[in-house]
Amino acid sequence: MALWTPDPTFYPSPRDAAAAPGERYAYVAAFDRQAARPDAIAVLDTDPASPGYGTVAGWTELPNTGDELHHFGWNACSSALCPYAPHPHVERRYLVVPGIRSSRIHILDTKDRVSPEIVKVVEAEELARRAGYSRPHTVHCGPEGLYVSALGGADGQDGPGGIAILDHESFEVLGRWEMDRGPQYLSYDFWWHINHDVLVTSEWGTPSMIENGLVGELLLGRKYGHRLHFWDLRKRRHVQEVDLGDQYQMPLELRPAHDPTRTYGFAGVVISVEDLSASVWIWFHEDGRWQARKVVDIPAEPADPADLPDLLKPFGAVPPLVTDIDLSVDDQRLYVSCWGTGELKQYDVSDPFKPVEIGSLRLGGIVRGTPHPADGGRLRGGPQMVEVSRDGRRVYVSNSLYGAWDDQFYPEGVGAWLAKIDTEPFALDERFFPHGDDFRGLRPHQVRLQGGDASSDSYCYP
Amino acid sequence: MTIATALLLGAFHGLNPAMGWLFAVARGLQERSRDKLLASLPAIAAGHLGSVAVVAVVVGVTGSLTTATALSIAGGAVLVGFGLWRLLSKRHFRWVGMRLSLPQLAGWSFLMSSAHGAGLMLIPVFTGLRPAGPGQGGEHAGHLAHAAQSVTAGLGVAALHTVGMLVVSAVVALTVYEVAGLTVLRRAWFNVDRMWAAALVAAGLFTLFQA
Repeated sequence: MALWTPDPTFYPSPRDAAAAPGERYAYVAAFDRQAARPDAIAVLDTDPASPGYGTVAGWTELPNTGDELHHFGWNACSSALCPYAPHPHVERRYLVVPGIRSSRIHILDTKDRVSPEIVKVVEAEELARRAGYSRPHTVHCGPEGLYVSALGGADGQDGPGGIAILDHESFEVLGRWEMDRGPQYLSYDFWWHINHDVLVTSEWGTPSMIENGLVGELLLGRKYGHRLHFWDLRKRRHVQEVDLGDQYQMPLELRPAHDPTRTYGFAGVVISVEDLSASVWIWFHEDGRWQARKVVDIPAEPADPADLPDLLKPFGAVPPLVTDIDLSVDDQRLYVSCWGTGELKQYDVSDPFKPVEIGSLRLGGIVRGTPHPADGGRLRGGPQMVEVSRDGRRVYVSNSLYGAWDDQFYPEGVGAWLAKIDTEPFALDERFFPHGDDFRGLRPHQVRLQGGDASSDSYCYP
Repeated sequence: MTIATALLLGAFHGLNPAMGWLFAVARGLQERSRDKLLASLPAIAAGHLGSVAVVAVVVGVTGSLTTATALSIAGGAVLVGFGLWRLLSKRHFRWVGMRLSLPQLAGWSFLMSSAHGAGLMLIPVFTGLRPAGPGQGGEHAGHLAHAAQSVTAGLGVAALHTVGMLVVSAVVALTVYEVAGLTVLRRAWFNVDRMWAAALVAAGLFTLFQA
């Protein structure tokens, strides 16, 4: 049912969105590594005034097993206010939740309830038949409907991965987005500079390269992704690729500036095969072409091989493994997860070409295992998926990366936890630490905040 | 009466953010340039005029070939049908792309206005413009003269309508750009689509009853 006035969670500009009220709930994708029980969307109470603050308030199990929930998104967001095809009276109501292993896409209704209700399941077969893709990943609400990136091909094809378009009312798969993919083959994340008609994609690997764990030979052979791709959002054509250098393996999360007049963004690179360091890059448009430059370098930490998992023993060091980054809605702060070393870094990026580290928190980590103040025991896993509230005052981090990879880097078990950090001052909230049995044996991955967050909405007005 | 109706409907379209003033504001904000905003408005108005003029010409030409009654019935039926479709369909106008040249912007406006049924609402006005002595029988030259007359009158109405639309668009766009800011959209952007669809149906029924 259409609304009479715009959905109150839609904001014309990032400036308006930064003044949004605090979220009452956080939705968390949680999956069973054994694929024996159904995955779930866990709902956390994030209202500090509520007696249930910091606990699991809702829980919705999926109908099948083995989906491996990973990333997800909303059916509609602030881009519905964009001037060329406005439809501001739709509701931000449905979560679009892909299973990265099963290739099913679940539609969950969140309206007027704490635990969302499953209203539709798009089967893997429909995604394969209509778009030729599998392993759906990132979801963004955009001008042609819902854009969903996918890591793999269909019908036995490992690749190429790409983007499928879904109707944002019926959630049917409409087809493959790309008209001309140029040299692009590997796929992972995507987002856009919506007012410049530019789409950006990053590279991880095909299903065979990732589903049974990180493959050492492929990594040392520099076979995982190391490029960014720039596309014409209107014509759906590949425009330019930017190669970061093949030592920079796995540029994953893409965080373009929210200010629609700007044409820069940040990409996190998991690992350099030369020295195990991780890095953050800025992409920008200058002299008529897209370019990228490394702006943050995070070195590996030397370690006793006895403390390291088999995969890392030969190197005698812990790689930081920057697996997620997030840019605040006002484009002033960048948060960087170091999943290997167990650290969350806070950067002032008011000059995006010169990030300045202004904060750091230790939590978990392969060697350190830094405890959370609310619990005290050695903590496995590290800050991984990071999400920032629209006002930039709260940051949420969860600890699981991806089933098979968790087991390689944290062979004694990655655990299950989700922490909240207040940004002023930059410190852990001791009242907020759902962990262990709170997640009923499942591992938490991406967090989405009620009403939108720093990686959910695009804005058409500065 | 005809003039007032044409102007008022134009003003109504001018108020609707989806019809173009919002696009003009966005183009201005993107470049931080009021000139860019002002340059966008005539292109948007031109596209709107094109959309309305097509209906004026079709009604004018059809009117010269058929009876007043048939014209009103056909026009009314189109209006009722389109209005019901707008009322019941969930689909909305789709378009990708922010960086448009002025001719492309005019094209966008033409499509947006047409999808909205902007020109159709003027059908009752256009059908009322038929010159005396309808084209039943008579000479061939008479047909042409009638057609030319009603088309000219229709285009006049379309132009008047567009002037109303342009003036209101300009006032709203400049007010929002210079003074009010876009935050106002969050509260003031009423969903007029369903009312508009109902109005299309009502105008169609009105035309049918007049037939």
